[in-house]
Amino acid sequence: MNTQTSGAARAAPRAGAAVPGLALDNVTCTFRSAAGKASYTAVKDVNLTVGDGEFVSVVGPTGCGKSTLLNVSAGLLEPSSGTVRVFGEPLVGMNPHAGYMFQAESLMPWRTALDNVIVGLEFRGVPRAEATARGQDWLQRVGLGAHGHRYPHQMSGGMRKRAALAQTLIMNPKIILMDEPFSALDIQTRQLMENELLDIWSADRKSVLFITHDLEEAISLSDRVIVLSAGPGTHPIGEFSIDLPRPRDVSEVRLTPEFVRLHDEIWHTMKEEVLKGYVQSQQK
Amino acid sequence: MSRASKNRRGIADLPSAVLQIPIVCGLIGLWYGLTETAVLPKFFFGEPFKVFGVLWHWFTSGEIFPHLGVTLVETVLAFVFGALLGLVIGLWLALNPTASRLADPYIKAANAMPRVVLAPIFAVWFGLGIWSKVALGVTLVFFIVFFNVYQGIREVSPVLLANARVLGANARQLLRTVYLPSATSWVFSSLHTSVGMAFVGAVVGEYLGSARGVGYLILQAEGVFDINTVFAGMLVLTAFALVLDQAVGVVEKRLLVWRPTHGETEKL
Repeated sequence: MNTQTSGAARAAPRAGAAVPGLALDNVTCTFRSAAGKASYTAVKDVNLTVGDGEFVSVVGPTGCGKSTLLNVSAGLLEPSSGTVRVFGEPLVGMNPHAGYMFQAESLMPWRTALDNVIVGLEFRGVPRAEATARGQDWLQRVGLGAHGHRYPHQMSGGMRKRAALAQTLIMNPKIILMDEPFSALDIQTRQLMENELLDIWSADRKSVLFITHDLEEAISLSDRVIVLSAGPGTHPIGEFSIDLPRPRDVSEVRLTPEFVRLHDEIWHTMKEEVLKGYVQSQQK
Repeated sequence: MSRASKNRRGIADLPSAVLQIPIVCGLIGLWYGLTETAVLPKFFFGEPFKVFGVLWHWFTSGEIFPHLGVTLVETVLAFVFGALLGLVIGLWLALNPTASRLADPYIKAANAMPRVVLAPIFAVWFGLGIWSKVALGVTLVFFIVFFNVYQGIREVSPVLLANARVLGANARQLLRTVYLPSATSWVFSSLHTSVGMAFVGAVVGEYLGSARGVGYLILQAEGVFDINTVFAGMLVLTAFALVLDQAVGVVEKRLLVWRPTHGETEKL
């Protein structure tokens, strides 16, 4: 494993926290296929930690089981073997500290933006008036202040993602799981959203596990980038600390020599796996 | 109706009503001509002006309104009970695979049965009042709503469910905020068909034995070979069905405001 420790002092309160926010210990996930005989091991012996307040990205070739890791972390999926620890406690059932931003559309089409944002508070039994006030505040923060009355089909893809972000963050989760949240957006909207995400994150540092297939996105956002092997039996094959100074602007940071050096180094590790993944997807 | 507009290009630009009204006038004229010249016997085909006379009498004397009222009440009750039953049982079977597996052949058999044959049994069970008609309407509405809800629930987006669970929904909240709205949207998408079926149930029930209702008027007139009144009853039912369909359209528009319609997506 290819680990570098960054010397740059991070403003994060991470140093003090010995217990990681999220830790996967030897997690293996095997799925039985529809026929019932053959089984498919999506991820195998994965060890992965996200420190308290740390922003970790996971990159890997397509179809390598990245989403499986997030589902396991959220408690939506029980691993075949291995354990998940949340702030040191073994995870049973749903992860109460996790917020999850899905790759696919996750807003309820029959609720307005505001009603979607506050649905989690509703589940918790927060009184309607208070929930609405907090929802309005969050809509403001993601730049949708004037659009709370819109239904999802009346919003653009970027607006829906903002609403989904507010829906996740209003619950004040300690761990945020993000599954290629911006992959469906065009490049300009995407960089705007990435900067906004960094703003919100730096104001109130949470642990973030961010999954992407875009290496540039991973480097520009993260404290640490983890590279996964091609599936089946995906596992981490490299880990890189990103010691670029913060605050960062995602479009500017991409032009720095340090960024280019990191990109080269990580890409070198990734390339072989991406090719493997590509060949496999051709054979399927 | 659109055939007229296809023949010549120029008239395609006229408002539809301008083209449609002459068609209905022409048909009535044809009817009048054929019966007056005795090409068609008046005894079997009636006379348009006498039919309008009957309609005029019904509406000016107010004689028709109690009958229309009864048919409307039966239709509404049949729809409400049929839809509720279909919604509850559809939800239950969709969320409970074991129950669904056990019930499957019976549901299929019950749906395959021509349910109009139940009318005599309902008349015996519930009498000649409105409830035997409501029961018949319910059997017709139930299956439409049931199959729609059942399919709708099984196709609820797994991402939506996972998202609600991550946000902390328990089983009851999941039912209330995801399954139920999703199921009701399917009920509403079948609204036109199911309200139409409730109406069919009410009228057929009345026709097979009743003491009131538009179907009863038709039955009585047929019994004494008063063909003009039969036609008048048919016209009233047709107009009533059209009004009902319009009303459903308005309700649908209100309730499904969150649904995207073609070309309506707003871009910012």
